[in-house]
Amino acid sequence: MNSMKTIKNLAIIAFFATTFIACSNDDDPIPVNEEELITTVTATLVPQGGGTTITLVNKDLDGDGPNLPETTVSGNFATNTSYTGTLSILNETVSPADNITLEIKEEDKDHQFFFSFTNSIATATYGDVDGDGNPVGLEFNLETSASGSGNFTITLRHEPNKLGSGVSSGDIANAGGETDVQVTFGITVE
Amino acid sequence: MTKKIFFWAVICITSLTNYAQECTITFKGSVIDFHDGSAIFGATIYIKNLDRYTTSDFDGTFKIDKLCKGKLDLVISHVSCDTKNITVNLLEDTTREINLEHHIEELKAVSIKSASNFNTKTKQSSILKNDVIEKYSNQNLGDALKEISGVSSINTGNTIVKPMINGLHSSRVVVMTNNVRLQDQEWGIEHAPNVDINTADKITVVKGANSLEFGGDAIGGVILIEPNRVILKDSLFGKSILSGQTNGRGFSFHSSLTKTTKKGWYVTGKTTLKKFGDFQSPDYVLTNTGLNSKAFSLQTGLKKFEYGFNFYYSYINNEIGILRASHLGNIEDLVNSINAKQPSVIDDFSYNINSPSQDVTHQLVKADYYKRFKKLGKLEIQYDFQDNKRFEYDIRVGDDRNKAAIDLNLTSHGLKSSFEFDAKDNQRYKVGVAGAYQNNFANPETGVRRLIPDYDKYDFGFFTIGNFNLNDKTTLDVGLRYDYNYINAKKFYLKSRWNERNYDTEFNNLIIGDFNTQWLVNPEFTYHNLSASAGISYQLNEGNKILFNYGLSNRAPNPSELFSDGLHHSAARIELGDLRIQQETSNRVATSYAFRNDKTQFLVELFFNHISNFIYIEPNGTEQTIRGAFPAWEYKKTTASLFGLDVSLEHQITKDINFSNKTSFIRGKDVDNDRDLIDIPATRTINSVGYNNKKWHNFNANLESEFVFKQNLFPDNNFETYVPTTDTNVLVDVSSSPESYHLLNFRSDATFKISKKTDLTIGLTVTNLLDTNYREYLNRLRYFADDLGRNYVLQLKINY
Repeated sequence: MNSMKTIKNLAIIAFFATTFIACSNDDDPIPVNEEELITTVTATLVPQGGGTTITLVNKDLDGDGPNLPETTVSGNFATNTSYTGTLSILNETVSPADNITLEIKEEDKDHQFFFSFTNSIATATYGDVDGDGNPVGLEFNLETSASGSGNFTITLRHEPNKLGSGVSSGDIANAGGETDVQVTFGITVE
Repeated sequence: MTKKIFFWAVICITSLTNYAQECTITFKGSVIDFHDGSAIFGATIYIKNLDRYTTSDFDGTFKIDKLCKGKLDLVISHVSCDTKNITVNLLEDTTREINLEHHIEELKAVSIKSASNFNTKTKQSSILKNDVIEKYSNQNLGDALKEISGVSSINTGNTIVKPMINGLHSSRVVVMTNNVRLQDQEWGIEHAPNVDINTADKITVVKGANSLEFGGDAIGGVILIEPNRVILKDSLFGKSILSGQTNGRGFSFHSSLTKTTKKGWYVTGKTTLKKFGDFQSPDYVLTNTGLNSKAFSLQTGLKKFEYGFNFYYSYINNEIGILRASHLGNIEDLVNSINAKQPSVIDDFSYNINSPSQDVTHQLVKADYYKRFKKLGKLEIQYDFQDNKRFEYDIRVGDDRNKAAIDLNLTSHGLKSSFEFDAKDNQRYKVGVAGAYQNNFANPETGVRRLIPDYDKYDFGFFTIGNFNLNDKTTLDVGLRYDYNYINAKKFYLKSRWNERNYDTEFNNLIIGDFNTQWLVNPEFTYHNLSASAGISYQLNEGNKILFNYGLSNRAPNPSELFSDGLHHSAARIELGDLRIQQETSNRVATSYAFRNDKTQFLVELFFNHISNFIYIEPNGTEQTIRGAFPAWEYKKTTASLFGLDVSLEHQITKDINFSNKTSFIRGKDVDNDRDLIDIPATRTINSVGYNNKKWHNFNANLESEFVFKQNLFPDNNFETYVPTTDTNVLVDVSSSPESYHLLNFRSDATFKISKKTDLTIGLTVTNLLDTNYREYLNRLRYFADDLGRNYVLQLKINY
């Protein structure tokens, strides 16, 4: 029948049409290397008045991938000592490593680090300020007291409310913003 | 002799008396168009053996009384229809619905008929007509569909509303807009359908996969959005709707204009513009929830009986703000949000839409042609093209501040053809083929690892459906469909993730590139889907009808279910797909009972849906990153069984007062794991009382009470996580559902005649009249904030 022939022809056209449309550019996609990725947080703590420098490193090279971060603590802290701390934030999936610390300095008003300790093993105070006079935390002071061990957590908040109650003295409770980094080190003071 | 005469006289008188006693039967009914169920006015109903006749009224009804018991040979005819002969054995008062085949559409009386020949007698389907759709002009498709009992929604705030049919959504619901299957990344839980509600003049929702001509994978159902049918007369008409509302301090404007001609040429243009600022809950501003929307569509063509063609173009762009407080850094932020009573960020009202936000543009082009072959049927052929550009903006630092985190471009081509054999009186067949090609491009310029990969997808389908009127009371539908799906993707996997997923045991052959920390992989999958449906409907008598149907359907996994593998920033969770996921198979049985009389309409719909290899995503603990721990959600499979009951009742209490109730109840079971299914809507019941006074400018007032029960049946996916800053282990309660809630909504409107052809309708609506605080289980933002507070809406509609 005429109509059956028409249908058959149309079906064939349909099949080929879709095939031809499909024969387009078939280049492989290019990989994405995350630009604002943070892989490494290093805290370098120099005791005032001399002594052993402690280095704390938290490294997660696969970004949001499943591998757990690797945490290293170079040594134990001394009791009742003041340490001058400096933070370095890097993206080590690229070579040379991307120095995110500089980006944070450029946008210092949008960033603040928070330090917390469990078991009251130490306290921290800020050693730097941003353009508005509010703390940032790339430089800080750490004071140990009696011996013991506990967790030392460094959190980086992006766009925090620096004027919130207690925020500029290091209390994260009213800081808001989002967490760009949260690393925990198990430390011992002796 | 006298005795004989007397005897016969007695017999005669007796028979005459009997005649007088028995010939009081009334035969009445209605003459209805077989194609679309509309009434046929002016049909002649002629009783051949009695030489009596009558004609059908405006609403198709007719009545012949003073009839005797016995046979009636009826001839029903109409100038535009094929004559029908039926025999009725009259024993008592009888009512009959008589179907005529309407072949020519032009009628002097302007009655805008339904836009398709779609026969829904044996399916669980509901229709939303123009007057209901216009009420939602300032809202969206998902909101309007909730008018139908059994249809709910899964939301991300009030501007992203995804329709949910009998508990199923996203890839399981097929949206057809003007006969084009919408291809707009519908796999995403925060991706609402990109269609302007105002382009719809009629919306049909079919529950279940019984509409095989639209696809074989609509396990949940099909939503058909159609424009009005073109009428063959010289006319120019249109409408404009302007709405203003207090919640969101915004407006919505829609206008449409249509020109039709007697010869069949026509053109219709529609445009919609919406602008809303931050919405509000009863207690606070929902910061960054504004919406800007612009849409435009144009349809033109030639419509003749023997042949015709249409050309359609539509454009829609939506810029949608997502609650600022929903943006999270890590699990600690999620815990804080769940435990806090208020969103973490509340700013003053603003029209600005900042990050996080979505910017989606969807364009659709359709060209179709049809030709009728005498005594055979109708051939249709259609080509359609869609282009979907989706940008999702996340909160980013430095130079990337204004760069999208997700940049996807989806292009889809479709070519389909069908032939409908409708020459025979009581039978109709339709066969069709469909081919489609789709390409997805994920732009790497974002600097963020792709959410879903680049892929090419080819689909080919073939279907055949048959529709039989076994007699005046019984209709039978059967359908069969085969679909072939092929997907060819190129995707980067972190080597660590590749191993964690155990892909190295079976998929290493798919690796085509080594990029240091990542593999480039080329998955290719093929799926064969067979679907079938059968349904029967039986008209018990004038007011009672039942139907029963069965549907088998298969759905291939979507790109998100297969390929997700990482942090979905805007959802603040790690989503993990699985290359091993197979297609879902659904077996659904359903039955409905409908009752109708002068004052009451009652519908009960029951369904049972058994889905094997049911694919779902749920929390599965946490994964540690340098930002802290993130909830990890994994796609899994199980056997699901869902059953539900939808009721709707409308009753005219007095001439002016009406009452209606819609109640729906659904249960979903995760059979393999012996627990409840995630994201199943709670039982809800909506009661409303309305008043209508045709003399007061057709004034309507309606008070509606919506009660939603607490969803007590949900899986416990809660888990514990260690929070370093407080040195505590906390329970992350992602599972618990919010409390039950009750909302009161009020609607009123009146229509004023401005000139002979123009009328103006003014409507005032107040939703959430009591400004109730509530959270909805199926709103993903329920972790962060309450739902909308009171809203006053003023709507002006002009028809011209």
